[in-house]
Amino acid sequence: MYTKDFPMLNKEIIYLDNGATTLKPQVVIDKIVDYYSNYSANAHRGDYDISFKVDQEYEGAREKVRKFINAKEREEIIFTSGSTESLNMIANGFFKNFLDANDEILITTSEHASNVLPWFHLQNTIGSKVKYIPLDNNHYVTMDNVIKSVTSNTKVIALAGITNVIGDERPIKEICKFAHEHNIFVVMDASQYVPHRKTDVIDLDVDFMAFSGHKMCGPTGIGVLYGKKELLEELEPINLGGGMNESFDSPSEVYFKELPTRLEAGTPNIAGAIGLGAAIDYLTNIGMDKIYEYEMNLRKYAMEKLIKIPYLDILNIESDSGIISFNVEGIFSQDVAYYLNKYNICVRAGNHCAKNLKSEVGVKNSIRVSLYFYNTESEIDDLIELLSNKEKMRIEMI
Amino acid sequence: MDEDLRREIIMDHYTNPVNKKVPDKKEDYQMVNTNNSSCIDNLDIYIKIKDNVIEDIYFDGEACAISTSSCSIMIHNLIGKTVKEAKEYVSNFKSMIDEQPYNEELLNEANAYNNIYKQNNRKHCAYLPYEGILKILDKF
Repeated sequence: MYTKDFPMLNKEIIYLDNGATTLKPQVVIDKIVDYYSNYSANAHRGDYDISFKVDQEYEGAREKVRKFINAKEREEIIFTSGSTESLNMIANGFFKNFLDANDEILITTSEHASNVLPWFHLQNTIGSKVKYIPLDNNHYVTMDNVIKSVTSNTKVIALAGITNVIGDERPIKEICKFAHEHNIFVVMDASQYVPHRKTDVIDLDVDFMAFSGHKMCGPTGIGVLYGKKELLEELEPINLGGGMNESFDSPSEVYFKELPTRLEAGTPNIAGAIGLGAAIDYLTNIGMDKIYEYEMNLRKYAMEKLIKIPYLDILNIESDSGIISFNVEGIFSQDVAYYLNKYNICVRAGNHCAKNLKSEVGVKNSIRVSLYFYNTESEIDDLIELLSNKEKMRIEMI
Repeated sequence: MDEDLRREIIMDHYTNPVNKKVPDKKEDYQMVNTNNSSCIDNLDIYIKIKDNVIEDIYFDGEACAISTSSCSIMIHNLIGKTVKEAKEYVSNFKSMIDEQPYNEELLNEANAYNNIYKQNNRKHCAYLPYEGILKILDKF
């Protein structure tokens, strides 16, 4: 139904690697080209017409993001280069100043590297301890396990809203409620969440959230750091320089601008932000509830067929997203991916940046199919047909 | 080399690789890890060199059919060679992968990868074990 909106979908490929990045609709591409072609000036310098237009578009994109995740104020939306930068800013700009060696940070073994390494860095620098919430048999986070893992030293719970290999959804709202009763902050890596769900930061009540534009039909190199305003006020800028300062007469007389500009030093990714705004319009137009429902139905359609293939080891028969991870018995995941590539089917093989997950699921690597709303049942049929013939796979994998 | 033979050689070495285990007396070997940053191939290669002769090689790890078979063939071909001969062999293999002139006779079964250049994303898989072993050979 949406195929015609995406130039990449006219190329005879079946793109099933949406967890890594998504394709871009023509409206997003056009919006970026429009900026570079028709009003390519800098932001925050409204001295002439086209620069004023840049300001309007850039701040307009911020407003679109705000509305899309239902944040209270525009100051709570910081443009970054992506989830990775957002999470690093949260860890190093806020928690590094706030935590000490006695404090504990709770994560899980199924987090993406971007929600592990910044916390490891805090352990290595200020001594705070990274601890793990155990997962249940389906690799889910349960409230029971969250409650059991919290100690009087726990100060942060940092979790993906939806994980990128298992695709399970975490009970973020309940976690926030419990955490806040115990003076614990909650950081949500929403990279796999915001593109696939209606997101409401007020309802969830998360303290910080990170997501990337390119996983939601937007351009690469743009992402968002959301934080409650009173917390962002305390977040120390890591990057200092142009645009974010008020005045700097001497080292002791440096004054920064207000939020959100204070946290966006240097010329921002203007084209990226404007492009993300266009992606949000596009998604909103379809409707996030509809996208979620469609993806879950498509997953069900795929799973019903996949479980009938006896030599598939499926890591997540149950899941709350369009992510399906599996292995073919006796064939290395990379070889399966190469085989599918011969038929122009794009899937990911590997550890999917969740290297700690191997202790949990017992396998290091897997094939990941990750769906989005533009995938179709007919594409799933093609995938199933190719996976259904193991002999063909063995012959054609090399 | 015809396509069936090529496939047979690769599949044979993938299914029954030469010396694919950690050697019993690990301490007698030099170990090098070689991995592919763009995919998930990850191999440890163990090599024992005495008086400039490669006495023994083992390997272990996880890798695709191309990397695994290529490592197995490399080991089969290198055991018993002097370091100098081994370097010459590796350099020939590299030339083949890069579509440069090379001495076909030197490579025997490794000629099975003589058309791997057609699959750009697999060239590195075939060369990966060589990249690893060079790190050790270059010390001599």
